[in-house]
Amino acid sequence: MATVDPTDRPDPALGSQAGGSPAIGPALQSPLRLVYWSVRRELWENRFLYLVPLIVAALYLAAFTIGAMRLPLPAARPPGEALDFVSMVLMLTYVIISVIYCLGALHNERADRSILFWKSLPVSDVTTVVAKACFPIILLPLIIFAIIVVTQCITLLAGSAVLLARGVPAAQLWSQSSLLPMWAAMLYHLLTIHGLYYAPIYAWILLASGWARRAVFLWASLPVVAVLIVEKLVFNSSLFAHMLLSRLQGGSSAVPFPPRGGMPMQAPTLANVAAFVTSPGLWIGLAICAVFLAAAIRVRRYQGPI
Amino acid sequence: MSVIEANGLRKRFGATIALDGIDLKVEQGRILGLIGPNGAGKSTAINAILGLTPYQGQLRVLGCDPWATRDRLMREVAFIADVAVLPRWLRVSQAIEYVAGVHPRFDRVKAEGFLAKTTIQRNSRVRELSKGMVTQLHLALVMAIDARLLVLDEPTLGLDILYRKQFYDALLNDYFDHSRTIVVTTHQVEEIQNVLTDFMFIHHGRVVLTCSMEEFEARYAEVTVHPERLAAARELKPIHERQVFGRSTLLFERADRGRLQQLGDVRTPGIADVFVAVIGGPGTQPQAASG
Repeated sequence: MATVDPTDRPDPALGSQAGGSPAIGPALQSPLRLVYWSVRRELWENRFLYLVPLIVAALYLAAFTIGAMRLPLPAARPPGEALDFVSMVLMLTYVIISVIYCLGALHNERADRSILFWKSLPVSDVTTVVAKACFPIILLPLIIFAIIVVTQCITLLAGSAVLLARGVPAAQLWSQSSLLPMWAAMLYHLLTIHGLYYAPIYAWILLASGWARRAVFLWASLPVVAVLIVEKLVFNSSLFAHMLLSRLQGGSSAVPFPPRGGMPMQAPTLANVAAFVTSPGLWIGLAICAVFLAAAIRVRRYQGPI
Repeated sequence: MSVIEANGLRKRFGATIALDGIDLKVEQGRILGLIGPNGAGKSTAINAILGLTPYQGQLRVLGCDPWATRDRLMREVAFIADVAVLPRWLRVSQAIEYVAGVHPRFDRVKAEGFLAKTTIQRNSRVRELSKGMVTQLHLALVMAIDARLLVLDEPTLGLDILYRKQFYDALLNDYFDHSRTIVVTTHQVEEIQNVLTDFMFIHHGRVVLTCSMEEFEARYAEVTVHPERLAAARELKPIHERQVFGRSTLLFERADRGRLQQLGDVRTPGIADVFVAVIGGPGTQPQAASG
């Protein structure tokens, strides 16, 4: 893989001169460079982050192509439903692998004792935790978006090829799907709802992953269940449950639900973006996310191998 | 400025006191061995020096507080804990790329050069390497870092003797010079005795003895005594006595060399033997506490 270094490598001569000085030398590594390498290390360690969606996409494409060849023509029309279907499947895949990733992110390095190796290098706990949090919140939505776009393109191409082979003009297939607005809506949906709006959930799982010695999933889920039960028994209310539900649904207040139900997925108009950016739900969520991440950073600082 | 300076370093885990007021001063160019039984506090001391654990008391490593500035400190401190810490999924080429990416004082060409002397394949994963090869890889990475302090915590644990010897040979011949400082803990004391410039006995979280090797050789002497001279030898107050093949070997501290030579062959003892004499076997309280 070709590498693009965000910054130039510091002059080694500079470093050795600094060796003579009493305090730590000026050989500063730019924070961006450290995050870049931390992100690459995550990709090396967690190849499932891109392999699983790729496999899902490949399976979908194989099934779709076989279906298009076998099924009678009306059923084989690919636009709309087929494209929606693959994006839904891949988004679901994304949510699942995000959760799996977060469960292991700060736990695996302690379990295999490699945390001692990572901590023997000049990378701070802040950089490490931020790089890990970047995956579910920013990087995975982008990766998934790219995979969805490519899969949909191949779906259309394969669909066209099948239609042509069966003697049907394929033009109608392309005219029915308005790709660009759909992709814009999807990217917006992925980044805002699944990335930013879900951020406190991922940060919570990261914290549990850094804190629990074993059974991370239990430590991540039991406190939530406990709050639900205690609230029900003590106050006979379910505010917390409603809060959680509304967060999982993407905050119904900020983005109106489409009439047919499901998650809001519409092209981002300026009004939508403004409503989202100014919604308290977003900022409360991000503040909670920041608190959980700060706790995760602190926990990683204290934790050693388990 | 000392490379490491600790005053009254303390650390407790609940009711257990791991470090009970350690004073330590390590100057540049020294190779210090931390020696003590399991649970003596060696690893805790090392973790404190590396900024891996908070502590009480004063500690300065290269002028910095390690707990507050671990990531900055690690630009000038290299560290091998034991062979298990390299992640098993990491490829050799990735390890080099990553360290080159994050470490400002890493010399990639040097690391490649060290690796070229081994049979390690560039695209192997750590899990595919033997334990000895993992150590070679880790050592190649660390020796390519222009660090001022190298900390080794049981670096050769579980390695066969060939790799152990190679490890210290490489370290001394290809890495160590008098601008660097090394702190090492190990159970295989005999193997590093001729490597060290200083050593320190730690027992129950306290420093029992610190000594430079020059001082050690002048201060301690071991004599294997003929049975008929044993009584005369005992009058010189040996600090320890043991039987080897039916003959008594006596360990003396600050005894007159001339008189010892009349008793038999005078040798420099092993650090391990002095350790047993000073600590007095497992479980007992320290007797001598001077340096």
